[in-house]
Amino acid sequence: MLDRTTAPQFKNIEDINFIQASKHQLANEIPVFIINAGEQELVRIEFIFKNVNWDIQKPLLSLAANTMLNDGTSNLSGAEIANKIDYYGAFFQTEFGLDRSAVVLYSLNKHLSNTLPIIKEVLTDSVYPEKEVNTFINNQKQKLKVSLEKNDFLARRQFSKAIFGDTIYGFSSNLEDYDALNQADLRVHFEQIYHPANCTILVSGKVNDDILTLLDSLFGDWKSEITFKPNTVEFKAADEKYHYIEKAQALQSAIRIGIPSINRKHKDFPALQVLNTVLGGYFGSRLMANIREDKGYTYGIGSANVSLEQAGYFFIASEVGTDVCADTLVQIEKEINILKTELIGEEELALVKNYLLGSLLGSLENAFSHADKFKNIYFFNQDYTYYTNYINTIKTINASQLLELANKYWDFDQFYKVIVGKV
Amino acid sequence: MIHFERFTLENGLKVLVHEDHTTPMAVLNILYDVGARDEHPDKTGFAHLFEHLMFGGSIHIPSYDEPLQRVGGENNAFTSNDITNYYITLPAVNLETAFWLESDRMLSLAFSEKSLEVQKNVVCEEFKQRYLNQPYGDVWLKLRPLVYKKHSYQWPTIGKELSHIENAEMADVKAFFKKHYNPQNAILVVGGAVDKAKVKELAEKWFGPIPAGEKYLRNLPEEPKQLAEVKETVFADVPLNAIYKVFKMPGKMDERYPAIDLISDILSQGKSSRLYRNLVKEQQLFSDVNAYNYGSLDTGMFIVEGRLNPGIGVETADEAIWAELEQLKNQLVNDDELTKVKNKFESTLTFSEMSLLDRAMNIAFYELMGDASLFNAEVDKYLGVTAAHIQEQAQQLFTKEQATTLYYLAK
Repeated sequence: MLDRTTAPQFKNIEDINFIQASKHQLANEIPVFIINAGEQELVRIEFIFKNVNWDIQKPLLSLAANTMLNDGTSNLSGAEIANKIDYYGAFFQTEFGLDRSAVVLYSLNKHLSNTLPIIKEVLTDSVYPEKEVNTFINNQKQKLKVSLEKNDFLARRQFSKAIFGDTIYGFSSNLEDYDALNQADLRVHFEQIYHPANCTILVSGKVNDDILTLLDSLFGDWKSEITFKPNTVEFKAADEKYHYIEKAQALQSAIRIGIPSINRKHKDFPALQVLNTVLGGYFGSRLMANIREDKGYTYGIGSANVSLEQAGYFFIASEVGTDVCADTLVQIEKEINILKTELIGEEELALVKNYLLGSLLGSLENAFSHADKFKNIYFFNQDYTYYTNYINTIKTINASQLLELANKYWDFDQFYKVIVGKV
Repeated sequence: MIHFERFTLENGLKVLVHEDHTTPMAVLNILYDVGARDEHPDKTGFAHLFEHLMFGGSIHIPSYDEPLQRVGGENNAFTSNDITNYYITLPAVNLETAFWLESDRMLSLAFSEKSLEVQKNVVCEEFKQRYLNQPYGDVWLKLRPLVYKKHSYQWPTIGKELSHIENAEMADVKAFFKKHYNPQNAILVVGGAVDKAKVKELAEKWFGPIPAGEKYLRNLPEEPKQLAEVKETVFADVPLNAIYKVFKMPGKMDERYPAIDLISDILSQGKSSRLYRNLVKEQQLFSDVNAYNYGSLDTGMFIVEGRLNPGIGVETADEAIWAELEQLKNQLVNDDELTKVKNKFESTLTFSEMSLLDRAMNIAFYELMGDASLFNAEVDKYLGVTAAHIQEQAQQLFTKEQATTLYYLAK
């Protein structure tokens, strides 16, 4: 008779192998990192640039300069760029982040000699046609109007503003900020940010030697005399901890709670990741177990340590029924305080450790994911020993170290608390 | 090209194995042939609620998630109008844990009252979060009953209304389980760093003893051809006016499907697409416009939706959509444009094949449609579409009397 009550034997995860990026450079010293893996004849090529010259008076320039990169060059209209990219079954994406702006090309290898020259054109010769700028302004304002009706969006904005103030990390765009955009400013900003001395190229997929040669022939002679100034983010969090935006008609309240914290460069970061997982970092977390699976207050609740290049923060977020919003806050505080006063049980800690290792192993699915892992260390001035250390921390950390960590980093009274909806 | 092998257990469970030893992970994907279309009109949202209950403990195992997390695994599930699909990814060395967990909940749930009460609340909060407390969130609650008069695609997977979920009782749960959750109504796909012989042994061991149960025979009414245009206007607290236009279309298994799917790409895939170029960029009528279809198994929906720019009359915008559809009916697409959408289809497929989980899900879904190898035949079907096919399908689809239009306007 089959015994269904006893779990099958299982094995702990011992080896997690990272495919390390190899470093190359173009004739003009643009660094090129290559992750070569996979069966499919395709690659992802990322051109990554630090955000520079951010100015609170013109806060949307970097975003707009990035998003509009496919809207026209001296030689190609936006329609022509799109047609060419689409014709070869490629994907061209602009990615704007708080720290970096990127242009990403996904292409089958056989079409690279047709698709990559378009990227060159875009990165060296975008002109931001007046008409396209106006369309961009209009469409973004329309989108913003819709987003402003969403409680979770409002909570995110208010939270960022409270902890990071008037910096690129903290500011929230208003409709008028879009109206202030213009072609002249965009062209100036474009030259500053999309600059060979500000560029890192990351190629992942099935990478053959031809690709490096092609990159060098297209981008190796890219030069610029323009100067730029990388952003420095200096912030002071608000004094007021409690931010409530009332929405009389709300069926649910969006909650966002947290505090400025450390980022990946700090030695405690891996351990804090383990602690966060226990609290709210996976489906079986304490917040999920209590607030969703025991009380049914929400569809989901989670927490995370966010690592930005020049700061970090910790947050808990959920959307809950308005009638249970107040109790949700009580429960969150309770769960935080338990982690500060009671040791995590052995079984739970073992489970979280195995979960984290399995999830790391599973996150290394293909060349693209290995490239993402590389970005996580490279832009934080770390090398692959970060992961060795991370894995080691997961395997060896104990409950009293985690309790100490909870006391060091988490104080519910000090947390910023943003609620949009009804309490 | 995805390779796989298959076998069927005596109790009727179909098992497909997709070996891929480039990864240390394994996937166990199980598709149950039940979706929101199989619900009673007075008890909607049940297939999805039931999916939540599948995580509330099974007859021999009090917690589903915990033992899986303990061996480094993760899982999730989704419910659509057609199917309910559960999946686990875990280190391949611990594959047996997935078999143990998944087979026990197919054998029997624990039917815990507490789990039912809590998950009813959770799903009601999900209903609010995604459908009621969002701008435009309720649009499919309003649109589906306008489009479907007979077929049970009339309601979304979340259900028609909160009360249907609030009123769910344990007796309903048990009956639903008996009717749909048995080996004959399921397709199991195991993929990754696994060995076929070992999978067979594990499948026999864990799923083999489960009674076959009764085969559920679906007998849904065919949605009749629409003979008159349907138009409706609603007002809501939203910042922008919007138009939703729906045409009923053949299901995913139909031979006409690839041509129709490519029509939606011509209209709306990427920044070179017609709707984006003409209506957003040139005429500037919409700030956002899309065409897509649901890929439903029964008579599906071809949708064109857009949000209007300020000062644009809703009728003007509506006519502009019609002009684009008429163009497809009256003129053959040129070779470059057709090649473009085919190339894009092919590369999208190639990129998606990088994901083991996507491959496993596709194998299961195509097996449900009749044969997993149909998935590998898809490329040729799409590449075989001609400009004349596109025109013919456009002419069949886009007629006034078959259109359902909802104006969703700012109060």
